Amino acid sequence: MSLRVLRHVLVGAFVALPVLFFSLMQSGAGASALSAADQEGIEKSLRAFHEVASVLTSPRCLNCHVPDDGPLQGDDNHPHPMNVKRGPDGKGSPTLHCFACHQSENAKALHGPPGAADWQLPPTKTPMAWKGLSMGQLCLTLKDPAKNGNRSLQDLIGHMDTSLVRWAWNPGPGRTLPPLSHDEFVSRLKEWIDTGAACPN
Amino acid sequence: MPPAFPAKTNGNKEYDCTGLVLVRDGTNRRFHMAQTSLVINGETKSVDIDPTTPLLWVLREQLGLTGTKFGCGLALCGACTVHVDGNAVRSCVTRVGAVAGKHITTVEGLSRDRSHPVQRAWLQLQVPQCGYCQSGQMMSAAALLAVNANPSDSDIDDAMAGNLCRCGTYARIRKGVHLAAELARGQK
Repeated sequence: MSLRVLRHVLVGAFVALPVLFFSLMQSGAGASALSAADQEGIEKSLRAFHEVASVLTSPRCLNCHVPDDGPLQGDDNHPHPMNVKRGPDGKGSPTLHCFACHQSENAKALHGPPGAADWQLPPTKTPMAWKGLSMGQLCLTLKDPAKNGNRSLQDLIGHMDTSLVRWAWNPGPGRTLPPLSHDEFVSRLKEWIDTGAACPN
Repeated sequence: MPPAFPAKTNGNKEYDCTGLVLVRDGTNRRFHMAQTSLVINGETKSVDIDPTTPLLWVLREQLGLTGTKFGCGLALCGACTVHVDGNAVRSCVTRVGAVAGKHITTVEGLSRDRSHPVQRAWLQLQVPQCGYCQSGQMMSAAALLAVNANPSDSDIDDAMAGNLCRCGTYARIRKGVHLAAELARGQK
């Protein structure tokens, strides 16, 4: 079984179980059962979310969306060396800024520092951290303005077009890409939002 | 920046189709030259160079400012640290075109008479051992003191963590930063 097929099977399971659970809860509480169209919409939204989440939890995104005081590195998510800290604004310690090493472009050399305009972590006040969260928690975090940098769902789409986010698809030598292309990712994100931004339980 | 189109020649000179001069390096690779203006240690300098060249190369090779050292070439050791508009950056990965017109300070620019508090502290405590990393250490220390007049041990560790010293002079570096802070405040 190829990894792609396996991923679809897992996504299907993630989607089907919450929908079944949601339907049973509704009917058990005496409410009318979800219409087939409603159920299909939720299922579609959850499927889109799991595709979005597969990108958000890839190393290129996850390494900076951490609850810790400093970023991670590499496909194995190891701590950034040199005791690099988030800093109050997410741009590093006052005298060891991210831009001290991370320029506006990737270094060409293997293992050289990657780069993009405005290289930074999420700021301390809104760390937008999802390392260690379940799919349901990640979904709620993404939707909560208090945790997502005070963004509406539409603002999230705009965020995905920043040079820093787009860097994930041009990460320089020796770094893996997210599982979807940027266009597919944004398309799935819009689909999730347009279908009600359903969250798995 | 290799040109993406065939070069034209006129005598000994080569041009791209837009008329920009092309030059060849030691490996016969062609690249564009560009006039780049830099403000180094308060003086405006103009260099004719490929804008993707690392700032460190320009400092050492074009301008003869050899106080800034090449260590790893990958922003991993801090030996090449200089200030760009007051912020410590690694000159080995900074493209010279990205700092055109900005104010760059190298270790030579801290002071001309060794009067900068960091220089005085480093001399007083004889901080260096082999000394190779120390210009980078001093530039990071100076950047720290410019924004924090009384740094704690933790502040110093955070600011200096990107500067490696293979001789292991970290304890003296930390003492040096504390002494420099006292000197800057006029307490010693």
